Amino acid sequence: MNDETNDGRMSIIVRTIATMMLPFILIFSFYVIMHGHLTPGGGFQGGAIAASAIVMMIAAYGHKMMEKRISEDGLSMVESVGAAIFAVVAFIGVIMAASFMYNFLVGTPLFGETPPFGSNPGILNSGGVLPILNIAVGMKVIGGLAAVVLIMALAGDKEGDKK
Amino acid sequence: MIYNEAIPAILIGLPLLAAFITPIINLASRKARNAFVIAVLAIEELLIILLAWHVFTDGIVIYTMGAKNPGIVPLQAAVPIRIVLEIDGMAAFMGLISCTVAMAAGIYSISFIKEGNGKSRYYTLLLIMLAGMLGMEFTGDLFNLFVFLEILSIASCGLIAYRQHADAVEGAFKYLVVSNIAALFVLFAIALFYAQYDLLNIAAIAKVMQYTQLDKIALVLLVAAFAMKCGSVPMHFWAPDSYSTAPAAITAMLVAASQASLYALFRVCFTLYGSLMDYQTIGLAIIIFGLLSMFIGVTMALPQKDIKRLMAYHAISQTGYMLLGVGVGLYLLGSSDFNVYGIKAMEGGIFHIINHAMYKGLLFLTAGAIYYRLGTRNLNEMGGLGHTMKFTSIFFIIGALAIAGIPPFNGFASKLLIYEACYKVSPILSIVAMLVSVLTLASFIKVFHSAFMGPKMHDVKDVKEVPKSMLVGMAVLTFVIIFFGLFPGWVVSHIVHPAVMALVDKTAYINAVMGG
Repeated sequence: MNDETNDGRMSIIVRTIATMMLPFILIFSFYVIMHGHLTPGGGFQGGAIAASAIVMMIAAYGHKMMEKRISEDGLSMVESVGAAIFAVVAFIGVIMAASFMYNFLVGTPLFGETPPFGSNPGILNSGGVLPILNIAVGMKVIGGLAAVVLIMALAGDKEGDKK
Repeated sequence: MIYNEAIPAILIGLPLLAAFITPIINLASRKARNAFVIAVLAIEELLIILLAWHVFTDGIVIYTMGAKNPGIVPLQAAVPIRIVLEIDGMAAFMGLISCTVAMAAGIYSISFIKEGNGKSRYYTLLLIMLAGMLGMEFTGDLFNLFVFLEILSIASCGLIAYRQHADAVEGAFKYLVVSNIAALFVLFAIALFYAQYDLLNIAAIAKVMQYTQLDKIALVLLVAAFAMKCGSVPMHFWAPDSYSTAPAAITAMLVAASQASLYALFRVCFTLYGSLMDYQTIGLAIIIFGLLSMFIGVTMALPQKDIKRLMAYHAISQTGYMLLGVGVGLYLLGSSDFNVYGIKAMEGGIFHIINHAMYKGLLFLTAGAIYYRLGTRNLNEMGGLGHTMKFTSIFFIIGALAIAGIPPFNGFASKLLIYEACYKVSPILSIVAMLVSVLTLASFIKVFHSAFMGPKMHDVKDVKEVPKSMLVGMAVLTFVIIFFGLFPGWVVSHIVHPAVMALVDKTAYINAVMGG
């Protein structure tokens, strides 16, 4: 469908709509990640939404264009940093003289609020280390899934070159 | 010191943390990355020795994840809350194996794996594999066991396919299929327990186990799944493909990984069910698995031309010895002979686990050294390597004599224990075990003769000794083999016997979590 001349891009209508949608999808993904301890969803789901935004951009603009903007090495680095944050948070629990994965943020101003008993709309500033772990998982999933999709898009390109 | 009691968590957490820091350090320099990985593996080895020392002197160590007081398990109406790590003698023993093999494999990989885009990921996966093994061995929680089993399988899969040849990908795919089937069996068994008892903790389930029809189904699923993962005949078909195509250092790790599954099998049989189940039937089934693995493994090994495929079949055959030894122990459980012969048989089987990890790891590493220089695994294309690869040939001789059970190497000590103790159940068991040992020696003489003896090969010019890091990796395992071979009595009474007693003593395992 996409011939060589337009470099794998889709039509201008698709590209414009994709560009318009991108900020909304990203905001929704950050919302899902940040409210992981309150609502359905969390780091993995939010990360998958953000990665799907990157998939949309690859589909609309073609992987050659996207390859210039984002690199696979950079995405892998985001993934590694996310996983490392997760492990570091777990280790801080040990250093706090408690145990691995100890929730050391309870009672502190950062995410430390205790929600009242009974039904309530949910307090964002609660959950202790959980929001931080959700962010770490979110980073890992964005980096990991986007890198996988990008590599698959590039692999298809190499196959095409042989023909 | 407060960090002292956190050792179990650090042992599992540190490789996970290091795994993801490795690619970041890789950006700065490759040498720093190598040094970092080796340092982490050395710290792991040190910590596991400290932990094992602690466990062997003071008994079971408990660690509750995320609790204020990790040494105490929070119980609420006899339900343990949070994930509990429970390290008894057997778990510490298995941890020693995993860490030692991982350290040797890590050092060996510095030169063995050529620099390139994927090497930092190779180390990442290697460290995750270590974390998976240690997690499987330390956890006191069935669902956690499943999670670590999956972590281990996926990391292993990526590493088997590391070289990206068609046959490597095939080996990885077979491993993936077998691992997933086994993992689903385990998950289904866990669901059966959870539906009946609302519990996931091994000790808690063992305490209230009723041995209902569903528990019997769960037992069959668990035994089948772990026997499949440890490569016992008739579920051995994945082992030759995966073992022979993976990079040699990873094959050594895979041997240790299979033994983590073996550990899970023993843990389920002895701790989860113990004397509740029909241990004679299950014991007999494990003995039959063992005999079949021993005999079919070695007879399949004899005609092989691919050096690593041959060794892979031997790995199956040696797994048979462990199954035989522990199966005899299970068969005699509860009878008056248990204290005399059952314990001895189990000591033999358990001792064989660590011996096998060391010498089979060493043999795979020497095969990797040959592949590194010649670029082939075909025995017909080798010859005269003894002229130039002197250290490698010495390491190979030590490994080959150890696997064949020749004194004074460690294989002899454990095999002798198995021969003696199995004789009580049936002389046929001992006769088959000895016959297999003879055939093992025969096939390794064949390998030694065709690879190392004979005139120098003329068509291969640049065959010289392998780089130092590979030699150091092999030397680590050789040192352990010789030490165990020279002091088998000390090793059995200080390391193996406590491990066996921990496995047999179900009540102590339950009480450590559930209290009195």
